[in-house]
Amino acid sequence: METYTTPTDQGYYGEFGGAFIPEMLYPNVEELRRKYLYIMSDPSFRDEFVALLNDYVGRPTPLYLAQRLSSEHGVNIYLKREDLCHTGAHKINNTIGQILLAQRLGKKRIIAETGAGQHGVATATVCALMNMECIVYMGKKDIERQAPNVARMKMLGAKVVPALSGSQTLKDATNEAIRDWINNPVDTHYIIGSVVGPHPYPDMVARFQSVISEEIRWQLKEHTGKEFPHYVIACVGGGSNAAGAFYHFLDETKVKLVAVEAAGHGIKTGMSAATTQLGKPGVLHGSKSLVMQTEDGQVVEPHSISAGLDYPGIGPLHANLFKSGRAQFLSATDSEALAAAFDLAKLEGIIPALETAHALAALNQMRFTPGETVVICLSGRGDKDLAAYMKAMDEKV
Amino acid sequence: MMENQNRLEKLFQKKKDHVLNVYCTAGFPRLDSTIDVMKSLEENGADIIELGMPYSDPLADGPVIQASSMRALRNGMTIKKLFAQLKDFRKSISVPVLLMGYMNPVLQFGFEEFCKDAAAVGIDGLIIPDLPIYEFENEYATIIKKYNLDFIFLVTPETEEKRIRRLDSLSSGFLYAVSSSSTTGKDKDFESVKNYLYRLHDLNLKNPILVGFGIKDKASYEDACQYANGAIIGTAYIKSLENSDDVQVSTQNFLKNILN
Ligand SMILES: Cc1ncc(COP(=O)(O)O)c(C=O)c1O
Repeated sequence: METYTTPTDQGYYGEFGGAFIPEMLYPNVEELRRKYLYIMSDPSFRDEFVALLNDYVGRPTPLYLAQRLSSEHGVNIYLKREDLCHTGAHKINNTIGQILLAQRLGKKRIIAETGAGQHGVATATVCALMNMECIVYMGKKDIERQAPNVARMKMLGAKVVPALSGSQTLKDATNEAIRDWINNPVDTHYIIGSVVGPHPYPDMVARFQSVISEEIRWQLKEHTGKEFPHYVIACVGGGSNAAGAFYHFLDETKVKLVAVEAAGHGIKTGMSAATTQLGKPGVLHGSKSLVMQTEDGQVVEPHSISAGLDYPGIGPLHANLFKSGRAQFLSATDSEALAAAFDLAKLEGIIPALETAHALAALNQMRFTPGETVVICLSGRGDKDLAAYMKAMDEKV
Repeated sequence: MMENQNRLEKLFQKKKDHVLNVYCTAGFPRLDSTIDVMKSLEENGADIIELGMPYSDPLADGPVIQASSMRALRNGMTIKKLFAQLKDFRKSISVPVLLMGYMNPVLQFGFEEFCKDAAAVGIDGLIIPDLPIYEFENEYATIIKKYNLDFIFLVTPETEEKRIRRLDSLSSGFLYAVSSSSTTGKDKDFESVKNYLYRLHDLNLKNPILVGFGIKDKASYEDACQYANGAIIGTAYIKSLENSDDVQVSTQNFLKNILN
């Protein structure tokens, strides 16, 4: 049977994926590839993972029927409240899973990349929890614009290392983390923050995040008597919250999947991060996927108001969903996302992360049949984005 | 198409030790220095030239080579321009020349187009560190063969024997022994590398072995040459060009210090 969830042994989702890594990384990546499924299916791993998700992260997160938002759109909109996870976003589902894996691999040192700082904070958090050394690479420019998350990471005991190469943002932080891994091949585990990177990362991260759709199915059944919604909508940076929210619906083709990318100032302005619209097949950070690049194959710097979506690539799972047509890809501009964030705050008393606001903004672009059931992955809360929201309020007055 | 001259094979038939491969970045320090740099490398004793194609995200490279790539890109270097610069280089340069670079720009150019153009101007082989075995065998090996290009894989101290043998069997020209698991430009204690090179030597591989990463002066070059067929110098040479007004003089001085 054709499946959208699981790649081949070599990590391919259709034509996308694989492990395009230099030989220096081979032992580490191969060790992971050989062991991840085995470790993850071990009952003691499962028990510890589930216990931490429940007692530490606060799972299951609620599936909340947003009544006022629903009546605006004439459908039943359920919000999957990943914003209520410890540290404020879905990112920690993955870092909990990977830190347990790193322990079982006998690793002593954890490295990670971060853009907005959400994944960095989630990694620093689990490292504190497990008493592991933590080094987070962050673009120099992002360090300057995300000061509160930098402070959080430091308070949690992590070392934040500025990525000075290239454009000094998320893609360069990822390069620096990979270079660190090349230079520390034995005792270090790299916790990647999304469904990107060489195989087995995209599959591994998708599996850790799949708890989101696992819960949606039974929660929706409790709410409505049916476990399948008409639509699942999620924003896509690298694609981990979308992978998690889609996972258990991917092979249920009656469920329509909608992935929302960041259009920035607009797709055609040269200030955008809508990878499926602007990207071409290429290799970035160890896998073949869609990549925003020049004609000469140089990776370009994207733009989005939301640092978490400001990435010139997309996970290979999503590139395959796009290519095959299994998911619909929409995009929302900076200002559409801002407007959607303010709407949700006023209608439901929930301040979403700017990333998440892109998923909400897509509601205005869609045509629903009255009474349909729509699940939106509320991937994170907006505390970290208050500066941007304050600026928007100032500009309105 | 230009006929393959098997320059690497011929070189290693003649010269079994102290084979010196020098890396330089195309379009660095100036857009039009590529050919001058290559000429002065040959004139001053380099046996092989490894010409780096600049890329925005060079994962396996340290800060010095990264910076040279960024500068070359700012200078306006592209693969298209590189092939234009290389159009007649075989009139003046006779040592083997390899193109080193990353998959993405090559894919964007078109993998087969790339091999075809490379062979046509007289390039001898390719080093693409992020093209691993599975993809190489599955898709690209036949194209590389079709244009008679050598392909050189890397091995590291962590590579297991079975895999070394596999990488050796897939490589032609030589095998690139990374002297320690690291990005380019890292200093490494040579004592720790010795055993690894002994081990490689004892495997009786089909390809000659050149040691790369961390060779920066005469002493480290001589060390490497004791246990392998030769060495690859990159970072140290790039550094010597960073502030150079005359690549010829800089190259001459640099290689004099290594070879004399
Ligand atoms: C709240 C939130 N949502 C979404 C994302 C985007 O990442 P992904 O596409 O991997 O879910 C981020 C990344 O920082 C985030 O913080």
